[in-house]
Amino acid sequence: MSLIDTIAFIFYNAIFYAAPLIFTGLGAVFTERSGVTNIGLEGVMQIGAFTGIISNLFLHDIFGGATVFVSIIIAMIVGSLFSSLLAISSVTFRSDQIIAGTALNMLAAGGTIFLVKKLFEGKGQTPMVKDAITRFDIPVFENIPVIGKIFFQNVYLTSYLAILAAILGWVILFKTPFGLRLRSVGEHPTAADTMGIKVNRMRYIGVMISGALGGIGGAIYAQSITLDYSHATISGQGFMAIAAMIFGKWNPLGMMGAAIFFGFAQSLSTIGPSIPFIKDIPTVYLYILPYVLTILAVAGFIGKSVAPKALNTPYIKGSR
Amino acid sequence: MDYVIEMLNITKIFGNFVANDKITLQLKKGEIHALLGENGAGKSTLMNVLFGLYQPDGGEIRVKGKSVKITDPNVANDLGIGMVHQHFMLVDTFTVTENIILGKEPKHGAGTIDIKSAAEEITRLSELYGLEVDPYAVVADISVGMQQRVEILKTLYRGADILIFDEPTASLTPQEITELIDIMKKLINEGKSIILITHKLKEIMEVADRVTVIRRGKAIKTLNISETNPTELASLMVGRDVIFKTEKKPAHPKEEVLKIENLVVKDYRGVDKVKNLHLSVRRGEILGIAGVDGNGQTELIEAITGLRHVESGNITLIGKDITNLKPRKITETGLGHIPQDRHRHGLVLNFSVGENFVLQSYYHEPFSKIGVLQNREIYNYANKLIDEYDVRTQSAYEPARALSGGNQQKVIIGREINRDPDLLIAAQPTRGLDVGAIEFIHKRLIEQRDNGKAVLLVSFELDEVMNVSDRIAVIFDGQILDIVDPKETNEQELGLLMAGHKADRNSPQQMSDQAVKKEGEE
Amino acid sequence: MSKRWTSILIPVLAVILGLLVGALIIAISGYNPIVGYAQLWEGIFGDSYVIGESIRQITPYVLAGLAVAFAFKTGLFNIGVEGQLIVGWFAAVYVGISFDLPAYIHLPLAILAAGLAGAFWAFIPGILKAKLGVNEVVVTIMLNYTALHVTNALIRSIAKGDTTEQIAKTASLRIPFFEEITQYSRMHGGIFIAILTVIIIWFILEKTALGYELKAAGFSQDASKYAGMNVSRNIVISMVISGFIAGLAGAMEGLGTFEYVSTKTAMTGIGFDGIAVAVLGGNNPIGVVFGAILFGALKYGSLNMPNPPAEIPEEMISVIIAVIIFFVASGYLFQWLYEKFLKKKGVK
Repeated sequence: MSLIDTIAFIFYNAIFYAAPLIFTGLGAVFTERSGVTNIGLEGVMQIGAFTGIISNLFLHDIFGGATVFVSIIIAMIVGSLFSSLLAISSVTFRSDQIIAGTALNMLAAGGTIFLVKKLFEGKGQTPMVKDAITRFDIPVFENIPVIGKIFFQNVYLTSYLAILAAILGWVILFKTPFGLRLRSVGEHPTAADTMGIKVNRMRYIGVMISGALGGIGGAIYAQSITLDYSHATISGQGFMAIAAMIFGKWNPLGMMGAAIFFGFAQSLSTIGPSIPFIKDIPTVYLYILPYVLTILAVAGFIGKSVAPKALNTPYIKGSR
Repeated sequence: MDYVIEMLNITKIFGNFVANDKITLQLKKGEIHALLGENGAGKSTLMNVLFGLYQPDGGEIRVKGKSVKITDPNVANDLGIGMVHQHFMLVDTFTVTENIILGKEPKHGAGTIDIKSAAEEITRLSELYGLEVDPYAVVADISVGMQQRVEILKTLYRGADILIFDEPTASLTPQEITELIDIMKKLINEGKSIILITHKLKEIMEVADRVTVIRRGKAIKTLNISETNPTELASLMVGRDVIFKTEKKPAHPKEEVLKIENLVVKDYRGVDKVKNLHLSVRRGEILGIAGVDGNGQTELIEAITGLRHVESGNITLIGKDITNLKPRKITETGLGHIPQDRHRHGLVLNFSVGENFVLQSYYHEPFSKIGVLQNREIYNYANKLIDEYDVRTQSAYEPARALSGGNQQKVIIGREINRDPDLLIAAQPTRGLDVGAIEFIHKRLIEQRDNGKAVLLVSFELDEVMNVSDRIAVIFDGQILDIVDPKETNEQELGLLMAGHKADRNSPQQMSDQAVKKEGEE
Repeated sequence: MSKRWTSILIPVLAVILGLLVGALIIAISGYNPIVGYAQLWEGIFGDSYVIGESIRQITPYVLAGLAVAFAFKTGLFNIGVEGQLIVGWFAAVYVGISFDLPAYIHLPLAILAAGLAGAFWAFIPGILKAKLGVNEVVVTIMLNYTALHVTNALIRSIAKGDTTEQIAKTASLRIPFFEEITQYSRMHGGIFIAILTVIIIWFILEKTALGYELKAAGFSQDASKYAGMNVSRNIVISMVISGFIAGLAGAMEGLGTFEYVSTKTAMTGIGFDGIAVAVLGGNNPIGVVFGAILFGALKYGSLNMPNPPAEIPEEMISVIIAVIIFFVASGYLFQWLYEKFLKKKGVK
């Protein structure tokens, strides 16, 4: 392959793998900025992946080409409802957020396979979907020399939607009243309360946004990468999205950059054999690369002073 | 009678604790009405009810004659009530403007915040009321004085006519307090009415028109300032006659116990906070360090106790160099430390009282043998100290969290004093405590000194420093500006020193600097 | 309500509520909860075989739960028990197949190897937290997946294919007597090691100066520093001890349950169930034993649920366990209900 082809190949694969991480990571940013850690995003992605595949399989005849996107929307709604469990238990009933998130993961892992077995006569894996997210060329832009081939030919719509979502997320978080209030709730909930902002309601919204975006992320992942659902579909992507958020210092654009980087690392285990030099590395290193990189990323940035100050602390009126 | 706020028979209960017991408070239009009471008397609770943060369990609130239910701060804001909090309600990472407009943000058509017009409005208000701020500065970077002005602007931005000031002078120098009093008078001139919550009698006498005294949740009396005096107010506040000065024998200081030379210490941002400081404390004396928070006292204490790295200079304790030694080595050499933040640093709140008594000594005999804890020894020791220091607790097994602030402090003091250290550092030892506990603690500090030990007292309360110390060192901008005799100085002089204005005579610092310079020239 | 009471009452209530909610979900899904729960019970107590297997399942749960609880008590979230367990399992089997030694050396050596492997795997997040302040949650989770792939690769390198040979008899935890009385279930002697570990950990936490320091660090790092304790060192020690215990859980599987190790496509789940055990047990060693008994038995018994006539997928039990955890963690819910209902009756 020529150099341009190689770069294009790496680029769109990186974004392809990154898209689910970007959506979920954006969700993580919103929930943590409101002061609630959602470790359960792994489970949310599983719910999203499961819902996406099931909707796709059952609605394929009704919606034809649009099935994929209808499934994503359904996954978004279900993901949001699922995450409300975390909100209820942590925000209203003051449970520890890490524990609640872990319980969410267990619930999703067990619940989704339970439903798969019920729907498909005891089999632990769904059939493959017929409608997947496909590639296309963006008109006009695709003809620009050099960068046209890299960025605008043969790309997945969802990849660019992800980038747009991250940019929109940044604008909302830093330039709108909603974003200002959300951040205040995560930094100094008592101050926000004195300014008349409903702290717990904001936190619910933050958590449910993360559920919606995580659901989208999971649905995209399943409908583009695995094309079916089983217990092995989502394996750590939810946690990687959280790591991308930390690496990106709780900023949607930083998170996006980190997610693209992790997407690149993930892609290596599949596309590695096609790239010279990479193909000689034993596969085990390629498998663990995203995880090791995540550790290095989290260790390399001493983000202690950067996390929202009121993270993982239930807000109780009158406590100072 | 032109009352702009009436709180009638307000009752507020938390669980079993009656914070406010049928309190009546009436604010006239255009007056400064002081709310006086000790810590824990119920002043803040009452104001939080007025501001909508709490709902009263009984009673009625009337604003400008109309009966209202203030269900949350937004309702309070709409009624024209604004609160300037004691502990600033500011988001450190936001700018001044963002903090002020939070919750009432002006918008562009597209839905984004219109920061520019917000900043313009804030500038207009700040000029009108003489409240100087930088709209684009980040709150974490501005001074305490400016932070307070931002708090005040928050209320004015929302059009408040009735302002509640909750202990506004806690972190201010005497000069800044004077400025604040001018600001309050200007606000009254512009038609506002003010409720001033405080426990500082002098400020009330200076600025208030009327005062309501609160004790243990009940309103005791409302008086015109012109018809009362500090002594009467103090005894109403406390419930008995109060002695303002502590009894103590003259000091007989002997040899040096602590010697600090050329000390340089950086703060958490890497900026020099202690700048070439010299200090010495002798056996048999109490040296008080006076200064406004933020001038290096915290870093100085952390350096002495081994919790912060010393960049250069030395610290010597009874002849041994303890510079940059590990904290445990330093305490074993002969140091006791009553920390400024008793909850964070002085106690493990979830440990029992007994476990907290041995926090500095659990690891050696008789409390541990080859690594195994000797619980009987620990609890015998604890019970002994509970008696000696009159700690009110059900048993030594109770978690420290369950004790009142005063009793928690007694645990810490008992622990540190009983280890018989040659130098005892006491940082804000009476913050937030009632008069009884304060008297007790001051007596103990003086006892230490009479027993031939050295005491280093660091406090923001000038009264405490002046009462208890034998010598007062004023710290300003990381150096000891001057050392004075409490019998020969007064609050004004100290206030000037704390703000950096030296008298004409040279400070010990300057004199030694000049001597060094002379040597270099020869 | 005294603390003692609530710390027992809430878990018990949570379990009851969890089982009720589970029954509801089973019913809504079109299955019969009564038959389902009956089969669950049968799957635990039905005959001596399943009783033996249930005890076998409980064994690693005690250790996994203890590992998580110990870390929690000292202020750390060890979500990496799963990975520490996997490397421990591998290490134990490696020693089990690679040496020819008399039993009284071989078995302890294999167990020790497992503990050390787990300890090493936990040392990494420990040192990162101690020296750089890195949050251990993300690191331990990432190390779980890393452990999975690394051990898979190691297994393939020492075995022909995806499964190693069986370990030597001298390294096995199996006891012939147990096999006889339980119709040849895989119940093994590891249960004694588990109980012994619980006692040792209890002693360390409650009776030693080290335990005092580790708990202090868990409650307040600031106060610990002021008291002269070496907080960084203590963080590392806590994680290492926790990892060692997790490694022991892996030894249970490698030397007792399976007597070999094979590649895995996903996590074992024991690590995560360990978190559930610790939460239910209130993070203290005795509570962990009870939690392990409950969840271990449920987990094993659930294998009987897919059988006719109930035909309920066994994953249902994960759902029930998750619901129980939600209830335990939301303890404030009970306080709120208590106040609501007692206030209604007019009691003050």
